[in-house]
Amino acid sequence: MNWRLIKDKLVERSFSLLLFSSLIVIALILTGLIVKSVPLVQAEHLGKILTESVWSPLKGSFGFLPFIMGTIWVTLISLIIAVPLCVLASVYLVEYAGDALRSMVLPLVNVLAAIPPVLYGVWGVLFVVPLLGQFVGPLFGVETTGYTVFAGGVVLAVMIFPIMISIMVEVLQTIPQELKNASLSLGATKWETVTKVILIKAKPGLLAAVVLGISRAFGETVAVLMVCGNIPQIPKSFFDAGYPLPALIANNFGEMMSIPLYDSALMFAALLLFVIIFGFNLLSRIILNKLEAKAS
Amino acid sequence: MHASTSIQTAETQDLINLSTPHIQIKDLNVTIEGKRILKDINLSIPNNSITSIIGPSGCGKTTLLKTLNRLVDDTKGVEITGSVLVNGEDIYAKDAEVTHIRKKMGLLSQKPFPLPMSIFDNIAYGPRIHGERNKEVLKQIVERQLRNVGLWEEVKDRLESSASRLSIGQQQRLCLARGLAVQPEIILGDESTSALDPISTQTIENLLVELKKDYTIVLVTHILRQARRVSDHIIFVYAGEVVEFGRTEDVLLNPQNEITKQYVKGFIS
Repeated sequence: MNWRLIKDKLVERSFSLLLFSSLIVIALILTGLIVKSVPLVQAEHLGKILTESVWSPLKGSFGFLPFIMGTIWVTLISLIIAVPLCVLASVYLVEYAGDALRSMVLPLVNVLAAIPPVLYGVWGVLFVVPLLGQFVGPLFGVETTGYTVFAGGVVLAVMIFPIMISIMVEVLQTIPQELKNASLSLGATKWETVTKVILIKAKPGLLAAVVLGISRAFGETVAVLMVCGNIPQIPKSFFDAGYPLPALIANNFGEMMSIPLYDSALMFAALLLFVIIFGFNLLSRIILNKLEAKAS
Repeated sequence: MHASTSIQTAETQDLINLSTPHIQIKDLNVTIEGKRILKDINLSIPNNSITSIIGPSGCGKTTLLKTLNRLVDDTKGVEITGSVLVNGEDIYAKDAEVTHIRKKMGLLSQKPFPLPMSIFDNIAYGPRIHGERNKEVLKQIVERQLRNVGLWEEVKDRLESSASRLSIGQQQRLCLARGLAVQPEIILGDESTSALDPISTQTIENLLVELKKDYTIVLVTHILRQARRVSDHIIFVYAGEVVEFGRTEDVLLNPQNEITKQYVKGFIS
């Protein structure tokens, strides 16, 4: 066969091999996590691990509920803060702001995305934690050190701003001018056009931005563990300390070999995180597909 | 005329409305980012008739249309001088309220852009914005306007389904009905049939001809045959200037200006 054609075939084969091997890595991680988690699940009933709230590795009790709840609290708080802010900020940037402002702000937002998480953590410790402990807490009549799920949520919210804003801005920019004109030419104000037409039309895209934000929030580790307090308890309010799953793994993997089943428990935590993020992405993909089908 | 408009009483205002055109354009100049798009436009557009704006692409005909309902405001770096009087009221006056002006003009764009909601809500959108809350009234408006554009029989059983499921010709008729629902006085069409199949085009053209007894209609078109079919008057715009304005037969069959002659014969497009 002609050498050129052989090269062509070779390229196709080798590229598909490369793609396949990157997928294999994910499968290997999953298998590794499952194998390592088996001892814990064999020692304790799975349902018990997930619903038990006592975490005391030395006594052999591994209840994961505090960590699951910690993760959920921190993620939810960050979303409550970030989603409305990001939607409004993107609407402002696309519909109201001038070109000069927009071309200045968007690169800045990207800089925000490039800041290493540990810096956000330091900012959280030096600014957010004292603010919550000394001002916001007393305002609500709560005594707190400031190391709370609230602090974690605030820091996380700032961290997911960039990804959400840049995607939301892109989504809003795809709304055709003629659609806006259709609403405006009926005598609608700009704000009516935003709330009744633009946001409705952009809903699937905006949701996709939120989903990416949530995925980032679930997995974020360092910045959150620096401000969350890391007490294995189920948070009951914004001002309780929490202990999200990624923080658990990061804080304890150094000593995991010294206590029986501890390594298995941490691998189980990682597996849990993996399953949550994977399942969440799958679910959101399905919902988005449905929405898109409905919209078109 | 110009001097008298400022001292009209309510009574004389009515008299003038009957005799003077809905739309009068005076010394209109539009500059976009330093480039003059429209130059010294002076026009009186006749009531209850169809006026077509024709001209080669890029000549400013769409901009001229958009100055009539101030959609041109949203263009980057736009500067407008002169005045556009709608019923004697200068829509570029400082205290003119833009939503009120736009409500008076239904716009039919190049491609249909149904709002992302049901068929019913598309029609009810305008009336709702202008304060109509009564469900029965809204139902009547929706039915009347859908009948107006001959869409009622086709969609009466699926008013709640998404407007984007309609065929493109149906969507354009829906958009027309949506515009009529806010009770405009003027209908503006921006190459409104260019995305449609021949049969839908004919339906829209027939509708416009029918509607001219109640509305003043201004169309932008690049299809000369369409201009001949539907319009009573023609404005020929070339390089931002009104070159010729007159009755359709006069402009198309007996053009006075050399450029108009060439355009009508198809030498420039």
